[in-house]
Amino acid sequence: MATKKQARVDVKKTYKLFINGAFPRSESGRVFEVTAKNGAFIANPALASRKDLRDAVTAARAAQTGWSKATAYNRGQILYRIAEMLEGRAEQFESEIALTSQITALKAQSQVLDAIDRWVWYAGWSDKLQAVSGATNPVAGPFFNFSISEPQGVVAIASSVSFIDFIDAIAAAVVSGNTTVVLVPGSLAVPAMSFAEVLATSDLPAGVINILTGSLDELAPWAASHMDIDGFDITGIDKKKRGALKEAGAENLKRIHAFSKGQSPTKILAFMESKTVWHSVGV
Amino acid sequence: MSFYGLVDGSEKSLVQFLDQLSGVDQVGAESRAAMLATRSIKTTSKKWAIETAISMVDLTTLEGADTPGKVRALCSKAVRPDPTDPTVPSVGAICVYNDMVEIARTHLDSIGGKHVPVAAVSTAFPSGRASMEVKIQDTQDAISAGAAEIDMVIDRGAFLAGKYGLVFDEIVKIRDVCGEKAHLKVIFETGELVTYDNVRKASYLAMLAGADFIKTSTGKVAPAATPPVVLVMLEAVRDFYTLTQRRIGVKPAGGIRTTKDAIKQLVLVNETAGPEWLTPQLFRIGASALLNDLLMQRMKMSDGYYASPNYVTID
Repeated sequence: MATKKQARVDVKKTYKLFINGAFPRSESGRVFEVTAKNGAFIANPALASRKDLRDAVTAARAAQTGWSKATAYNRGQILYRIAEMLEGRAEQFESEIALTSQITALKAQSQVLDAIDRWVWYAGWSDKLQAVSGATNPVAGPFFNFSISEPQGVVAIASSVSFIDFIDAIAAAVVSGNTTVVLVPGSLAVPAMSFAEVLATSDLPAGVINILTGSLDELAPWAASHMDIDGFDITGIDKKKRGALKEAGAENLKRIHAFSKGQSPTKILAFMESKTVWHSVGV
Repeated sequence: MSFYGLVDGSEKSLVQFLDQLSGVDQVGAESRAAMLATRSIKTTSKKWAIETAISMVDLTTLEGADTPGKVRALCSKAVRPDPTDPTVPSVGAICVYNDMVEIARTHLDSIGGKHVPVAAVSTAFPSGRASMEVKIQDTQDAISAGAAEIDMVIDRGAFLAGKYGLVFDEIVKIRDVCGEKAHLKVIFETGELVTYDNVRKASYLAMLAGADFIKTSTGKVAPAATPPVVLVMLEAVRDFYTLTQRRIGVKPAGGIRTTKDAIKQLVLVNETAGPEWLTPQLFRIGASALLNDLLMQRMKMSDGYYASPNYVTID
């Protein structure tokens, strides 16, 4: 007796957060809906709360020493490994971006490839930064005087909704040795969480990149006032709302920047500090 | 001799007493502790809990690398945990090794911390592997240096071998050395006692022998002050009070690092032994890193934004 093949039931992905190398649900249990251009349901990503942010900052802080003390060569290797993983899943990112944003499949394809190239470009900077930004300074005395750029610490990123900007902001922050908490708005949650799966399989130490999906309006003020966040990239925040965040960030002299599009080493240096060392000559 | 009229101090009477104790329902104790851990403590209750927990902390440094400077810094922190806010209460006590007692006492007295007692870990802490003479000497040494509280360890090897009389006699002897001058806390090292039944037996053994406090662990062995272990000990002090009308204190130590952990402990105390135990006279938390987290949570509550460890002292 011939049996008709039954229609297969899809296995849907449960979208969660990426904190400390693990994929927890939001502490609040909340989710929000992402739909396609035509209004069809796509996914229910987690709607992160301020307590998820708190946990992510704790994880990022704990990971900070190890990541910043890793050799530049090692950091570059790990970042390059992430590019390898991205390349292998390029088609998945293309279809997710085309599905959830307003751009065409062709544009999505070129954006993903550009994003991978962008990531590799930043990865290459890891062992070149000191040569470019460090200096031996001339001083009027019997001293050697060096300036060395060091990572700031924990950097929060309020990402804009485009995938390549999301990739750009993270790469620029982590290549120097910062650890990050990335706040992802709206439909970017879908490719962002796939990116988290890439991170989870790339030998990246837990806590270096933490990704929270949800509402920037809800999370950004908590990130701005958090005393244990040292820098805040607010590129994804509406211009009118930036002032309030800068005010809240003043309490711990947080560096708050918004960047224009495109790759640039200034984005890396924006979240680095210059340390100057004096050393007497002949000792 | 009679101890609370319950045992006469002989091995036989101890075995008889401890054997008639019912066994601990392991699953029940663990699920009860887990259930109490889900209680949500917010706003004014949370503020009260944080301040109560601060006043119960036995601020501890028990490292081979301890220096007089570190101990003095810790003493200053004990008196004024948050130098920017005088409304934060002093901690319950300072807990140090014997040779640091005098340094701690002198420094505390000189900075207006007469109300903060110094606790010393005696009797060959943390292993307890020394002769009785040495243990007695060790304890006398700490008391003469100014310790008002003695944290002694029991001989876990003897306890596990069933030599209850030996363990009992040791506690009684150290109790005699302490006399009126010092409170006696008895450390079980619950991580080495293995079962909850043993924790319950050790609790009664120590209380009968005259302990003022029973304490979970040295902080050198994991697991230490897990909630079910503390629950079993709190039940023991509650039942002992019904038997003898005397309240014995409990001190969990080891592994309590966050405000959340500390508040869970307070909930356990309130729901098991009762609110009478929610005082530094009857409940202490042995910790070092915990105090910073309590202070940071307190800052978060008063400032409205998350605090950073950069703004509290490094011990």
